[in-house]
Amino acid sequence: MKKNAYIGLYIVMAILVVLPFVVPNAFYLDLVIRMAINAVIVLGLNLLIGFAGQISLGHAGFLGIGAYASAVLPTHFGWHPVLAMLAGAVVTGLLAGLVARPIFKLKGHYLAMATLGLGIILNIALRNEAQWTGGPDGMPVPTMGLFGFELTSDKQWYWVVALLLSVSVWASLNLIDSPFGRALRALHGSEVASQVVGVDVVRYKVAIFVMSAVFASFMGSVTAHYVGFVTPNLADFFHSIELVTMVVIGGMASVYGSLVGAVLLTALPQALATFEGWETVAFGSILMLCMIFMPKGLVPTLAAKFGKGD
Amino acid sequence: MLAQFLQFLFSGVTVGATYALAALGFTLIYNASNVINFAQGEFIMLGGMLAVYFTQAGLPLPVALLLAILIPAIVGIIVEKLAIEPVKGAETVTLIIITIGASLVIRGLIQVWLGKNTFSLPAFSGDEPIQILGATLLPQSLWVLGVTAIVVVALWYFFNRTLQGKAMLATSFNRVAAELVGINTSWVLFMSFAMSAALGALGGILVTPITLTSYDVGIMLGLKGFVAAVVGGLGNGLGAVLGGLLVGILEAMGAGYISSSYKDAIPFVLILLILFFMPRGLFGGKSTDRV
Repeated sequence: MKKNAYIGLYIVMAILVVLPFVVPNAFYLDLVIRMAINAVIVLGLNLLIGFAGQISLGHAGFLGIGAYASAVLPTHFGWHPVLAMLAGAVVTGLLAGLVARPIFKLKGHYLAMATLGLGIILNIALRNEAQWTGGPDGMPVPTMGLFGFELTSDKQWYWVVALLLSVSVWASLNLIDSPFGRALRALHGSEVASQVVGVDVVRYKVAIFVMSAVFASFMGSVTAHYVGFVTPNLADFFHSIELVTMVVIGGMASVYGSLVGAVLLTALPQALATFEGWETVAFGSILMLCMIFMPKGLVPTLAAKFGKGD
Repeated sequence: MLAQFLQFLFSGVTVGATYALAALGFTLIYNASNVINFAQGEFIMLGGMLAVYFTQAGLPLPVALLLAILIPAIVGIIVEKLAIEPVKGAETVTLIIITIGASLVIRGLIQVWLGKNTFSLPAFSGDEPIQILGATLLPQSLWVLGVTAIVVVALWYFFNRTLQGKAMLATSFNRVAAELVGINTSWVLFMSFAMSAALGALGGILVTPITLTSYDVGIMLGLKGFVAAVVGGLGNGLGAVLGGLLVGILEAMGAGYISSSYKDAIPFVLILLILFFMPRGLFGGKSTDRV
């Protein structure tokens, strides 16, 4: 690992420590928390898209499994929230593995199709099974707590989420430079070449897909407990697209790009709210312009411009 | 029993024809550029919405319909020229995001311009249903099926009997080889966007008198068209048509016999099963990849 690889991580942690003391009010604190939650999801998704070269168009579905596990299991079955969160992650992992194994034996856009289908089916189920999920209106989520300590205020949530984000960045940096990460990058470069040198391509792809899905499910649970309410919108196709967009705009295969993408695209709808009615047009135009002029994403493009590798 | 079955079959085939046209659009662009055009659904929506707009503005039906096909074709060309051509050779994900961006812009503009209401178009030749063995068939369904059939034959002729069509086909097999024998592959890309936008718009116009339209119908129609294209083996024209019909019929049967609230999920369940058990699509041939 390069010696200065952690400098970025230290900067991120420094920003995270200072931020709560400089945000002007609760509205911005909430925005920052949502940015950080998205950043963790995007880090996981970027491992799949950027490093393994595979697209998931149904990641919001996995987010939804986690979120609804945290909502439904404690409410209807009296499960402890921590147990519910783990159950959501396990179910997501199994489902992702089950779907991925046959798909990854194929080449091309089939994972995109399969994940898209899976996400839409999950979303329709969440909307229709109203007796469990509250249908399109959603349902409340009980408070998260452990050993008598309950997470309630935004300040507490901020520190939890900041810790999660720092750990995720650290873990991603390490993963990329591990033999596992090198194998992933190799198979993105050339599947055949990596097969020749002994990389089990299908197994690695399944592993990274399952991992990023579990990441998403876990953060879905976190989102559900933080917001205190879940709706099927959390799991819809558009949200999946938003997540992929965060990866691509920030920069594929760039850890810090994931953070930048998540921060920008979480803030964008707020910024566009002033456009009254034109939000969709503005959002679409920004997506297109970014991709046309910076097809590699913000961070890698800027890094190349200033002569430094990411 | 039979009447009910026929009824579901009729409605399935009618919607399926629209999926088939959308799937053909996906196939054309995919063959020319390997791009999966997520804006395809918006062309379906544009066709329907523009047809409504022009007929309500008092234009005679044929003129309105012609404009409702031409304008989406031009929009398709603009998307190709401004957004796809400049980033040729970019990663697939990048291209997918660009087409998603384009779809948002188109949908957003229509929403601002024509609002969020649901619109209807009068049927081309009356609403008097035709009775067949106890089931009813709308005359508009015959329009949908008839025009789709004509389009499929015309496309077959174009790709097998004309120089331009063969040039497009050649490009889809091997772009570099096509360029070497003097085929202008930029023109092929241009044509495939114009044609697939026009096909999508045509489907949208034909089905609007039956299913109604609004600014946001493109998302589901487009995704189902994509499913149909994959069911047929992505890149296979005949497969796309059969895939579209199959998806439409299964959806109607599922909605009728199993659960209407899960109607929209049926195409996606189908595609997952197909990917698991028949990964080349139902009608895709075997292929080997060269390293």
